Amino acid sequence: MQEDDDEQIREALKRAFPPVGQELSRDLWPAMLRRLEKPARTVPWYDWALAAALGGMLLFFPKLVLLLAYHL
Amino acid sequence: MTLLERFARGDLDAFEDLFRQFQGRVFGWIVRIVRDRGVAEDLTLETFWRVYRARARFNPEASFGAWAYRIATNLALNHLRRRRNEEELPEDIAQAGSPDTAVQQETVDEIQRAVRKLPPKLQVVVMQALVEERPYQEIADSLGVAVGTVKSRVFRAVRILRKQLNPIGVQHAGRR
Repeated sequence: MQEDDDEQIREALKRAFPPVGQELSRDLWPAMLRRLEKPARTVPWYDWALAAALGGMLLFFPKLVLLLAYHL
Repeated sequence: MTLLERFARGDLDAFEDLFRQFQGRVFGWIVRIVRDRGVAEDLTLETFWRVYRARARFNPEASFGAWAYRIATNLALNHLRRRRNEEELPEDIAQAGSPDTAVQQETVDEIQRAVRKLPPKLQVVVMQALVEERPYQEIADSLGVAVGTVKSRVFRAVRILRKQLNPIGVQHAGRR
């Protein structure tokens, strides 16, 4: 009975998700090349400042790491 | 020097060869999970971008395809997680339709919703194992888990889907 159910679920899934075209319609290499040629994104100065401030606070108040871990 | 060794040393021509050799397979793998060709193209590019950035860590004696599939699967999983968080899904899909609507589009939508409500790790095995009937070993390799883990995820997914879909008379949809 359960095997019948499983088979029905399998069949229903196949109907709900008909085959999608799995062949690439275009060569993606030109897009890849454009992406490789883009200059690497730099981290803005304020992110470094924030990281430095956070690092400094953790140095002076190590117990803050618990608070930080709780919020993460 | 082999193609993979040249790639690991940062040779762009070697990377292009590998890209052309594997782009179709990686795309096919991703699209079977995310079911959206546009998204799959973006994720294919992202996969190879990460592959290229991590080239120095690649062991030329290992399988390039398995490594690329693993990265592709992780990206597809992240996409499913984001999509799952963004979509508003009804709490109980069984209330969304009656058994009489089983042969209609509504039922198909409900099945799709039920799958998208699954944890992304289960969605991947549902798509690859149940819908696409890919070998368990291949799925296990791409996820970096044991075959037994894939089997247990399939079992869990089917159990959840059975619970959710039986009330809407999914057997009719299966026999349509």
